[in-house]
Amino acid sequence: MRGAVTSVLAVLVWVVLCAARDPILVPEVSQHEVALQQGFTGTELLLFGAILTPEGSRAAQDYDIVIVLKGPTQSIVLREKQKVAGIWINADSTELRSAPSYYAIASTRPIKDIVDDKTAAIYELGLKWLQLSPIGAIDPKEQTRFANGLVDLNRRIGLYREEEGGVKVSEQVLYQARIGLPSRVPIGTYTAETFAISKGRVVASASSQVEVRKLGLERAVATFAEDYGFAYGLLAVFVSVGMGWLAGRLFAMR
Amino acid sequence: MDVYLPIANLSVNGIIIVGLGALTGILSGMFGVGGGFLTTPLMIFYGIPPTVAAASAASQVTGASVSGVFAHAKRGNVDYLMGSVMVFGGIVGTGLGALLFNLLARLGQIDTVINILYVVMLGSIGGLMAKESIQAIRAERSGVPIAAKKRRHHPMVASLPMRWRFYRSGLYISPLAPLLLGIFTGILTMLMGIGGGFILVPAMLYILGMSANVVVGTSLWQILFTTIATTMMHSMTTHAVDIVLASLLLLGSVTGAQLGAQFAQKASPVKLRLILALIVLLVAARMALGLGYRPDEIYTVAPL
Repeated sequence: MRGAVTSVLAVLVWVVLCAARDPILVPEVSQHEVALQQGFTGTELLLFGAILTPEGSRAAQDYDIVIVLKGPTQSIVLREKQKVAGIWINADSTELRSAPSYYAIASTRPIKDIVDDKTAAIYELGLKWLQLSPIGAIDPKEQTRFANGLVDLNRRIGLYREEEGGVKVSEQVLYQARIGLPSRVPIGTYTAETFAISKGRVVASASSQVEVRKLGLERAVATFAEDYGFAYGLLAVFVSVGMGWLAGRLFAMR
Repeated sequence: MDVYLPIANLSVNGIIIVGLGALTGILSGMFGVGGGFLTTPLMIFYGIPPTVAAASAASQVTGASVSGVFAHAKRGNVDYLMGSVMVFGGIVGTGLGALLFNLLARLGQIDTVINILYVVMLGSIGGLMAKESIQAIRAERSGVPIAAKKRRHHPMVASLPMRWRFYRSGLYISPLAPLLLGIFTGILTMLMGIGGGFILVPAMLYILGMSANVVVGTSLWQILFTTIATTMMHSMTTHAVDIVLASLLLLGSVTGAQLGAQFAQKASPVKLRLILALIVLLVAARMALGLGYRPDEIYTVAPL
């Protein structure tokens, strides 16, 4: 909290020194930690905040607000199935060094009405503009095909989202957006970035972080399985033999 | 009832998974097969990652076969020497299977290979079983018994060097034959997440020529230890055994296995085998269609 105050003050000082007319963004997230444990079936984050003029009053002019929530990037192999000799097999693949494991964007209006393509590409505003960093020389056409495939796949399982009109601004000062996280959300540090855009130009931006992690028993199980494979295997065998034996005994008693 | 699976990283409806376990448990109790051939594809269909599905199905088969082994051992229906040779082969097989699994996963062809294996194995064995049981039902109706087979076991088995006596099975054959059979089922167990019962039982009957009364007990013995080895192998290599998922499946399958065993005592064995054959063929046909039709997902993601 003190850090936030200091940074707001720093922004204020900087703004006064520059004597610019850029607005101030004060963003906040409903929860800074998402716990994956029993009963977790997905959740919804509320990203909200205020937009003020440098003088501290409500922003006189209308700004467009864009909020991007991004999960940790991953290096992945993306494979494509094609029909070969009558059956569908993985026939082509590409390696991507920075595919976001989660990406959601919400905006007050459709992105294409807010900024031009160049700005959208610079700030990665929209699924169309994800910078996936493919490895090796791939021709742009093929790159686009793979990128579209990845976006389509992740959209359908709820890991990539685009909500145009998802940000509501009230009284020209408060904005809010709800962004859903599905149950299969990957763990890691997520960044929520808020952009204030006016006349096609990003005039202010601010970011905050959300930590997604496994907690309690689920965390213990995942760590155990990863670090102590042999003991974990023994436990799994013990559970299965024990349950089979127990059921046999219970039924034999009847 | 939503349950979060810590290894599969997603939340599932627990009741559906328990029901799935119960369904395969009933099959396993009725027919003496593990039922993994049904669990793994159904779990994948439900949205669980294929590797996690195959790895966790093996421990479910372990649970379902435990009480069967006890029951058969009590009646003296297990050939321990034969079983142990096959278990040894099975453990070697799971090791080979793990290597193959990693290689195929790196090439990105593991899913296709698993699918093709399912179609080929289930299709051929289901076909054989269906043919046999239809012949048996016809013979029963007409009253004309099927002519006895001329030879005991496959000529290739007789040509293998070194011979051991397997008293309970009533055989004097080379231990290499059950060893190779064990290795083969071990590989399949690792790749397909199945127990291999539906492959072992006909192979023991028609290739090795074992006495019918020890076949099911010995195959359960081999399945028990091979699936244990598979669970260990997956835990150490792919880290994909989801103990929460396995426990849910087990809950259903151990109960189902007991119920199935009770059904089986009332029904005619020939008809039971025909039903099993039809189920196996149905799964094979579904998977064959899956290979030919345009899949729902053209793209798949794997970590680099």
